[in-house]
Amino acid sequence: MSTAPDTSVLTTGPSADERAARAPWALTAPALMLFVGILVIPLAMTVMLSFHDWGQYKGIEPVFILKNWHEIATDPYYAEMFWRTFRVALLATLITAVFGAPEAYILNRMSGPWKSFFLLVILGPLLISVVARTLGWALLFGGNNGLVNKFLMSLGLIGSPLPFMFTETGMVVALAHVMMPFMVLSVWAALQRLDPQIENAALSLGASSFTIIRRIVLPQIMPGVLSGAIIVFSLSASAFATPAIIGGRRLKVAATLAYDEFLNTLNWPLGAAVAVLLLVALVLIVVGSNALIERRYAEVFR
Amino acid sequence: MSFLELDRVAKQFGPQTVVDDFSLAVGKGEFISLLGPSGCGKTTTLQMIAGFLDPSRGAIRLEGRDLTAVRPAKRGLGIVFQSYALFPHMTAAENVSFGLEMRRVPKANRSERVRAALAMVGLAGFEDRYPRRMSGGQQQRVALARALVVRPSVLLLDEPLSNLDAKLREEMQIELRQIQRNLGTTTILVTHDQIEAMSLSDRIVVMSQGRIEQIGTPQETYERPVSAFVSQFLGKTNDFAATIDRTAAPARLVAGSWSAPAPAGIAGPVTVSIRPERIGFGDTGLAAKIVTRIFQGNHWLFQCETESGPAIVIRQNDGQPQPAEGEAVRLGWRPEDMSLRTAGGAK
Amino acid sequence: MRTNGPISLVFHTVFVVFMLAPIVVVCLVAFTPDGFLSLPTNGFSLRWFRAIASYPEFVRAFWVSLGLGALSSFVALLFAVPAALAIARYRFRGRDALSALFLSPLMIPHVVLGIAFLRFFTSIGIGGSFAALIIAHVLVVFPFALRLTLAAATGMDRSVEMAALSLGADDWTLFRRVTLPLILPGVVSGWALAFIQSFDDLTMTVFLATPGTETLPVRMFLYIQDNIDPLVTSVSASVIAITMTALVVLDRFYGLDRVLAGKSDAGQ
Repeated sequence: MSTAPDTSVLTTGPSADERAARAPWALTAPALMLFVGILVIPLAMTVMLSFHDWGQYKGIEPVFILKNWHEIATDPYYAEMFWRTFRVALLATLITAVFGAPEAYILNRMSGPWKSFFLLVILGPLLISVVARTLGWALLFGGNNGLVNKFLMSLGLIGSPLPFMFTETGMVVALAHVMMPFMVLSVWAALQRLDPQIENAALSLGASSFTIIRRIVLPQIMPGVLSGAIIVFSLSASAFATPAIIGGRRLKVAATLAYDEFLNTLNWPLGAAVAVLLLVALVLIVVGSNALIERRYAEVFR
Repeated sequence: MSFLELDRVAKQFGPQTVVDDFSLAVGKGEFISLLGPSGCGKTTTLQMIAGFLDPSRGAIRLEGRDLTAVRPAKRGLGIVFQSYALFPHMTAAENVSFGLEMRRVPKANRSERVRAALAMVGLAGFEDRYPRRMSGGQQQRVALARALVVRPSVLLLDEPLSNLDAKLREEMQIELRQIQRNLGTTTILVTHDQIEAMSLSDRIVVMSQGRIEQIGTPQETYERPVSAFVSQFLGKTNDFAATIDRTAAPARLVAGSWSAPAPAGIAGPVTVSIRPERIGFGDTGLAAKIVTRIFQGNHWLFQCETESGPAIVIRQNDGQPQPAEGEAVRLGWRPEDMSLRTAGGAK
Repeated sequence: MRTNGPISLVFHTVFVVFMLAPIVVVCLVAFTPDGFLSLPTNGFSLRWFRAIASYPEFVRAFWVSLGLGALSSFVALLFAVPAALAIARYRFRGRDALSALFLSPLMIPHVVLGIAFLRFFTSIGIGGSFAALIIAHVLVVFPFALRLTLAAATGMDRSVEMAALSLGADDWTLFRRVTLPLILPGVVSGWALAFIQSFDDLTMTVFLATPGTETLPVRMFLYIQDNIDPLVTSVSASVIAITMTALVVLDRFYGLDRVLAGKSDAGQ
């Protein structure tokens, strides 16, 4: 390496470059081993499990068959269940986008102390136990004379009580509430990148408030709304606590069905197949829409 | 034998050569500046001396000992960084004391040396202050004390004054120079500020695009620049194209209507380089017209249009009347004030 | 920046009511003096909070959750801090793939993780143990610990470390005396966020917990599955109170939006 003839005589320890090449691997090795041992291997085992056989009396048989996958593909029960899972997730995502994005915009226009106070109020629930939050909705929905129905009827919006418990409507409302902070946060982050003078610039050019929002603000925060939507959708589609408590034992989604197969029916291979399918579907959806968004908004992302 | 020696040092990042063929011998106690524009490789050179980067080729020796395999922690150098790089969670005294602790200096001895070092940089009484609660100039002094307290064999300064305002910078330059003189610490300063380099250094290494353009005392590099780059980087200069008139006897050097006896051993077209403050207005010389005249307190700045292109002239404000804008003048200078460059290089 | 008009403020009010309603309701019901669920409650009583003490399952589950959260977040940091330092400061081959792998538990549905861990731990014979729970939680909270540590390490002035090195510090001294103190706010916040994630996790833990190792969310969930009564609301209200306290402390210490920003990218 050295062209000078007499320099390498005393070269003993590792040089700066050698240390820099070695250090990152030494530092990440423990975490890497943890992830390979505790994440990659169990996931691979789960995929394998979905191809195993199972019987009421014989238990799990480590053979390679397509029985579980065939059952999921042909039995309309599973198609309906997956369709419900994604329908509920999509509706919850829509609600969070329609209400969360304007709220983030309003929050961003508040003055200092109010801004941080309401940010805490709206983002705080994110860290409060999902079970507690869903319990709140179960109490609010609570049968025909639940508070929500009383409130809607007193407003004259509905004539007779709506069923919320054990329905998809209730699931969507509760999920939208649980996921709302993610959407607000995502749009909020996009708003922070906005030049605060840009609205004044538009105003000075004679634009109305509505035009400013539609032509100036919305296009710039759209990436935030969409990436928020991806987060909300993927978390909603794999949600467990809320569908389990609001949906009850009959209205199943993918996560609650897998739970049932594992801990009640004890048909682990079938449950594993449901879970693997959910994972694959979500990865495809998330990666696909991320790619679409990045292509569409390439110029907005820095 | 020189104290610190860089022997044909080169650094490559991938295909890009950042420093090439850099050779320099630094004497003990010398103050050397590496001067050049950003991206010229001066900081990379400093980092190689410090041990944060390996040279791709060549060797760095301290008192004859090869430093290549020596870790930065074992090189015994003191470094002051552009951002000062103080430990924000330690007081001024704890910052200064850190290097002594690493050298296992006994505690009693340590606090005495810390106090002396802080006093030396004019910060007596600031021992328990945290960096956050100090001004830029004070932080800079702590950084200097921290580097010097370990009695480093070489002090490396990486643009240490560039974050200070102009007035403070000037004060710090004087102080830095005095401290360095008193301690006799061999010092290498990286800077892009030619005034700083000239006022502090024994010798200046002018760098451009990874290569050394010129090594010399401040006066040499200013008055005898070996290249257009050095002459322009070290202040304002005027370059005039000139030719040798061999029809006259003896031969004369001619630039437009200005001429002087040609120096021996020079041929072909040359560039005459002359500093603006060395040009005077007179009855003979290069014909010119004053385009603008700007008053700058202790001097006047004239922008002129000459037969050989634009020129800048600086005249002391000595109370004498000065030519007005639009006036026709003639520019003259003493032959010993100019430097000549042929296409091949310096004379 | 323009101010909000009346329509915006009405919208904002409705929105805040929607966000707070279920949480407020849980807390109100928890103070009922009645032996059954009633809304609005007639009067105020702490009887259901006192009642928690006589249900040892809840008390034990609380301690399991607390220990699990504290321990798994700490262990996660032991792995995450070196990894974050490597990712923050070195450009090496495989760096992007590594950080994607380390953040992947955010993208994988927790139900899938729960199943995978159940299968794995059962087959290596530690199914249902507290150790298995800790290992699983370390992995799930790892991305949160990594993110906040990474943010702190990335924002750090490298020349401070170079200064320490040039003054003679060895690697361990450098880490202990300079690097760690400088990234400590990020590390502590990472621990806090990881703790909350672990403390709250139901979906994955419900697969792994056995009667002896039930966490609080699992106990609450299984209780609600059977019936909803004021007891579970007082337990929930206690959990909410603890979380709110932690939130305010975290906000003061580090800024809540910065902590949550680490969480917001869950799907990316």
